[in-house]
Amino acid sequence: MTALGKLFRTTTFKLTLAYLVVFVVFAALLLGYFALNTRRLVTEQITDTVNAEITGLSEQYRQGGIRRLVLIIEARSRRPGSSLYLVTTFNGDTLAGNISALDPGVLDNPGWSETGYRRLDEAGADRGHEALVRVFQLPGGFRLLVGRDLEERQRLERIIASAGRWSAAVVVLIGLIGGVFVTRRVLRRVDAMTETARTIMGGDLSGRLPVAGSNDELDRLAENLNAMLERIEALMHGLKEVSDNIAHDLKTPLTRLRNHAEEALRTAKDEAAYRGALEQTIEESDGLIRTFNALLMIARAEAGQSSESLAEFDAAEIAHGVGELYEPLAEEKGLTLTVEADTPAPMVGNRELVTQALANLVDNAIKYGGAAASTADGVNGAAPEIVVRAAGEGDKILFTVADHGPGIPESDRGRVTDRFVRLESSRTEPGSGLGLSLVAAVARLHGGELTFADNSPGLKSIIALPRGGPVQTTA
Amino acid sequence: MAIYAHDNSQLPGLTAEATTGRVPMRLLLIEDDRDAADYLVKAFREVGHVAEHAADGEEGLTLAADGDYDVLIVDRMLPKRDGLSVIGALREQGVETPVLILSALGQVDDRVKGLRAGGDDYLPKPYSFSELLARIEVLARRRGGRGEEMVYRVGDLELDRLSHRVTRGKEEILLQPREFRLLEYLMKHAGQVVTRTMLLENVWDYHFDPQTNVIDVHISRLRSKIDKGYTQPLLQTVRGAGYMIRDGAR
Repeated sequence: MTALGKLFRTTTFKLTLAYLVVFVVFAALLLGYFALNTRRLVTEQITDTVNAEITGLSEQYRQGGIRRLVLIIEARSRRPGSSLYLVTTFNGDTLAGNISALDPGVLDNPGWSETGYRRLDEAGADRGHEALVRVFQLPGGFRLLVGRDLEERQRLERIIASAGRWSAAVVVLIGLIGGVFVTRRVLRRVDAMTETARTIMGGDLSGRLPVAGSNDELDRLAENLNAMLERIEALMHGLKEVSDNIAHDLKTPLTRLRNHAEEALRTAKDEAAYRGALEQTIEESDGLIRTFNALLMIARAEAGQSSESLAEFDAAEIAHGVGELYEPLAEEKGLTLTVEADTPAPMVGNRELVTQALANLVDNAIKYGGAAASTADGVNGAAPEIVVRAAGEGDKILFTVADHGPGIPESDRGRVTDRFVRLESSRTEPGSGLGLSLVAAVARLHGGELTFADNSPGLKSIIALPRGGPVQTTA
Repeated sequence: MAIYAHDNSQLPGLTAEATTGRVPMRLLLIEDDRDAADYLVKAFREVGHVAEHAADGEEGLTLAADGDYDVLIVDRMLPKRDGLSVIGALREQGVETPVLILSALGQVDDRVKGLRAGGDDYLPKPYSFSELLARIEVLARRRGGRGEEMVYRVGDLELDRLSHRVTRGKEEILLQPREFRLLEYLMKHAGQVVTRTMLLENVWDYHFDPQTNVIDVHISRLRSKIDKGYTQPLLQTVRGAGYMIRDGAR
């Protein structure tokens, strides 16, 4: 009962009912119109016949008098399936005809009327049939009545009425069955969605809503909700990863900090030793602050941003600015840094974040780009080169930083943007391990992405951002 | 001395004797954290400044409106009245004392919000004292009026802001545009410590931490152009704080 109640309460079922009512009313109107027209047609046919006969008979009367009329009527009355005839005197005495009884008063009113009647050849006293008759006043006081039985018309009306009843019943039945069927189908899918949503709320974030594949509105809803779940799961995953990594990468230097302080307390003999320990402490806490700032920045970037921090700027100008900032550093490391961004490439975004992302890539290229230099480029004697590019391509702006360092192995490329991931080979270089995560977060924030390609030899890091800035809502 | 030394100072590079041009300043610190405030007041006193302390926004507003301070240091989150509203109220009353905002909120848009509210500089927590001191001295000096001069002079180094010519003694020094702006900023604040972050913000207009110390390399390039071959180096490194340009001969 509750299942049935649930069925009846669904939107689909209510819609079905509403449609059903509308359809039945429409069908009834249609049928009614049809019946009315048919009736009129039949009636017209009868009146035409009757009029024709009256014209004919009155003509006969005019030519041959009452005797001839009576003879003709008696002859016609005997034909099977004949019309109804009656000729009376002024007093109402029957002269000829095939009618034995009529509704009272019919004969007194010349013109059309509907009346019950009984034929002469029928037994009994009731006026069992209906007829449409016309009473015509003949010159000389005689009255002529000609009519047609209405049986045919009534049968037609009955047929139409019963057809109407049956079709209404069938329509309602099929409609109800269809409604229940469709509703149950929809209900099953909605129930499945509700069920999945419950398990997801229960903590299993990997659950996804079922998609039937029919590409209807429920599928679209499910797909959008799934995309949302995907994002939530990624965020939750990220959050968990951050807390794990914070535990590791912040606690480790904190422990080191504490150890150094303790050691100084225990073993330092003179002021110089204390000073050394304190300086080391400040240095380590600066490193911690830097890591912490980077983490906060990534968190902010990943959480999205207000549109007021978006502005239009020239990507080429950003590339030149960053290139100019890092060029002396590259030179000091024996690298040449060139910027290839000659045509302005206007774009919308967070200027500060995009600049920092590009700076991080260049910083990385300088840090690691020199490592393999002696082996890769040193052979041909050319100075290892870092190339920074910014250019529009289609509806995207591409920032590319290419170096000739050791590169990133294909298998590690997906992993390097994770927070705190530092490839074994780079553990010895200073850095928080957050640089690339920030770049990736900034790219995602702008609706773009960070990818890596082989520069053979070396690494090519590419930030692809949409020109128009981040899209606020996905269609 | 070749490199600015500070080995016997209590805070790196900050003794009053070392920065010869240091004029004692009157500072007001509006900060609700008692420990941080005590530390700062003490540290300011050690370098020769006088600092007063207000523990909440209302008290800070009263003191700042009445007293004659050189610089106000305002924490953003304060009991009774928040920092930005204190600054807003002061500016409304026509108090134009330079304000440095201290805040745990260090993102770019927080900074922009702070400056828009009437602050003159913004320093995210945690900060180093030398950074804070350098910024305050620059703020106080700005009131003094350097910056309007067309030619900056330090020792025999001359920088003409109109013709963009730099000379040392009789020799002309050719600088890249960015090197010129770097030197211009350093000379504008001659005799004052200028930190790396200040340079990054004011010369490059970048507000992020560039991980590697790119500024040092730019400085050493500049130094090789203006100091190389001269017995009297002008551009000095202040360990643990930043850089300073000054006439060491004086």
